[in-house]
Amino acid sequence: MTTMKLALGPLLYYWPKETVFAFYRDAAGWPVDTVYLGETVCSRRRELKLADWIAIGRDLARAGKEVVLSTAELIESDADLRAMHAVAGNGEFRVEANDMAAVRTLAGKAPFVAGPFLNVYNAGTLRLLAGLGATRWVAPVELSRDGIAAVVAEAFDGIETEVFAYGRLPLAVSARCFTARYHNLTKDHCEFRCIDHPDGLALDTQDGLNFLVLNGVQTQSAGVQNLAPVLDEARAAGANVLRLSPQSRHMGEVSGRLRAAVTGSSREPPPASLPPACRRLRGYWRARPATSCRDRSRT
Amino acid sequence: MDQGTALSHRNPARMKLVCPAGTPPALQAAVDNGADDVYLGFKDETNARNFAGLNFDDRSLREGIDYAHRNGTQVLVALNTYPQPASWRKWQAAVDRAADLGVDAIIVADAGLLAYAAKTHPSLRLHLSVQGSATSHEAIAFYHEQFGIKRAVLPRVLSVEQAEKVVSRTPVEIEVFGFGSLSIMVEGRCALSSYATGESPNTHGGCSPAKAIRWQQSPQGLESRLGGVLIDRFGEEDHPGYPTLCRGRFVVNGDTYYPFEEPTSLNTLELLPQLQAMGVAAIKIDGRQRSPVYVETVTKVWREALDDCAREPQRFRVKPAWQEALAGISEGRQCTLGAYHRPWK
Repeated sequence: MTTMKLALGPLLYYWPKETVFAFYRDAAGWPVDTVYLGETVCSRRRELKLADWIAIGRDLARAGKEVVLSTAELIESDADLRAMHAVAGNGEFRVEANDMAAVRTLAGKAPFVAGPFLNVYNAGTLRLLAGLGATRWVAPVELSRDGIAAVVAEAFDGIETEVFAYGRLPLAVSARCFTARYHNLTKDHCEFRCIDHPDGLALDTQDGLNFLVLNGVQTQSAGVQNLAPVLDEARAAGANVLRLSPQSRHMGEVSGRLRAAVTGSSREPPPASLPPACRRLRGYWRARPATSCRDRSRT
Repeated sequence: MDQGTALSHRNPARMKLVCPAGTPPALQAAVDNGADDVYLGFKDETNARNFAGLNFDDRSLREGIDYAHRNGTQVLVALNTYPQPASWRKWQAAVDRAADLGVDAIIVADAGLLAYAAKTHPSLRLHLSVQGSATSHEAIAFYHEQFGIKRAVLPRVLSVEQAEKVVSRTPVEIEVFGFGSLSIMVEGRCALSSYATGESPNTHGGCSPAKAIRWQQSPQGLESRLGGVLIDRFGEEDHPGYPTLCRGRFVVNGDTYYPFEEPTSLNTLELLPQLQAMGVAAIKIDGRQRSPVYVETVTKVWREALDDCAREPQRFRVKPAWQEALAGISEGRQCTLGAYHRPWK
C-alpha cells in the first residue's frame, strides 16, 4: 500500500507579504509533498500578486514540492474572472479549480485538481470532472468518511482523493465581509483589516462556546479538524492525500507529527490533539454535527 | 435619445413571475393570482426545503400540474440538493418521476444529476438551481455546454451591475431573487447548518432543520438553540425569529451583535425597471416554507408590479400599498436590496 501524501492547503488568511514569504521558506523544509498556493478567499487581498505566488512556487518546486495554484472560491466581478484566468493559464503549475468557471477554463487543456468547493458529493459528478481532466479531487468538508468511501468505490482507479485532515474547516462564503462588518466598515472600504487577524476573528456564542471564526467573507469552524487518530479509516475510505490547512503557528510541528503517523515511523500513537491546543473535531467524519466534539478552550 | 426611448428600443421581454408552492393550497394561490411559473419539490430530501408537512407526492403533484396547466402556469420541480452514493437512485428516480409526470422543467444543482437528466430525458427542460453557485457567465456557460441548461438562478451575491454583465453575456435565461428571505452566504457554499446539526441544504435539503431547534426560558431571557448551540437570547422587546444560524447574535471580542446580518427580507420591487431593461428573464419569490396566504399576497403584489413595469417601465413607481402588503409578511421588520445594492456588502 502506498503511503498517503501530505498537502499544505492554500493559505486562507491574510498575512503581510514578508510573513507569507517566511512561512513558505519554512514550509520548504516541512515533510509535505504538495503545496497549494494563491489567494482563494478575497480578491481585495493583494499583499501578494500572482507573480509572487509563482516565485514562491518555484522555490518550493526546487525544494522538491509539488506545487498547485488554487483559484478563488467565489467569482463575482470581471476582475475576479481575469484573476482566475491568469491562475488557470499560468502554464507552469497544476491548478486547483474551485469554481465551475475555472473547471470550464481548464477542461481538456490541462490536468487539474477539483477543489473542495466544487460540491463533489457523488461518483457521477466525479466521473464528469475526471472526464474533463481532474486528476485529484478534494472532498467537501461536509462529506463523511462513509460518503467519501462510497464516492471512491464508484469512481475509478487513477483519480486521487484528498481529505481535509487538519485545520479550521472553511464552512461558508458570502458576498459580505464579516471582518469589515465587525470593524463597522464596508467591504469596499475595509482597510484590509483581515491583516490584523492572522488566524481569523473568533466568534463565540452568548454562553461562551468557541463556535466559529470570521475570516473576511469566509466563515470557518472555531475547532480544528484533526483526522490524525483515524488515519487508518481515512486510508480505508480511499484517501491518498491529507490536506493540512495553514494556521499562523505550529505548522512545522503539525506536518512532522502527521508525517510520522502516516509512515508509522513514530512509536507514539497518532496524535489525538495537535496544536493549537484544541480537542479533536471530526463530527463530519462520522456524519454527525461537527460541533458535537466541543472545544471550549481558547486556542 | 432619452433613456425611455433607449429602453423601449431594446424592447425587453416581459419578465416571468416564479412563485413558491410548499403545498397544494399554496400552488392554487400562486396560480390564481397570476404566477407564470410555480416551483415545488417532492416530499423528501431531494429538494432544499425538505420540511415536515411540506411538498408534494405523485398524486398531489399530478393534480397540481393539471390545475396549473389549465390556467396557463408552468410547474418547475426543484431537485436541488446534492445526492450521495447511498441515495443516488432516489434522486435518479425523482428525475424520472418529474419527467413522467410532465413537469415543465426541473431545477437541479448537482452536476452528476444534471448529466443523468440530460442524457436520460433529452427533452426535459433543465434549470440550474441557485444551489449550483454559478456566479459568473463562465460558470453558467459550463452548465450550458455540458447539459444544455435553459435557465440559471443567480445566487443572491451579485450587485445589479454584476448581474447585468452576466445577463448580457449568456444565452441562458437568467432568474434572480426578487423577494423573501435574504441569503447571506452563497447558496450551495454554506455548511453552517450541518456544522451545528449534521444537516444542511446541500446534504439534506434544509437549513436549520426544525427538529434541531429548542426554545427555552432562561434567567437571561428566551433562548433559541440549534443543535444545542445558542443562537440568540430575546428580551421582552425583541421579536424572536426562526433560529437560522446566520441570523443569530454572537460575541466577538466582547461585543454581542449580529455578526452576519440583522433579520431582514430581500425586496427588489424598486429595481424592476432596471432588471427588466437588462434582460432578466424571471423573478423568483422565495418561500416554499411559507403559508398559502403569504403566497397569495406576494403573488398578487408582484403580478401587479411586473405588469405595471412591462407596460410602462419609465413611469414605474412602487406603490405604497404593495410595500405595506409585503411588510406584513416579511421576516423581520426591515427590507433590503441585499447585494444588488453594493453598500450592503
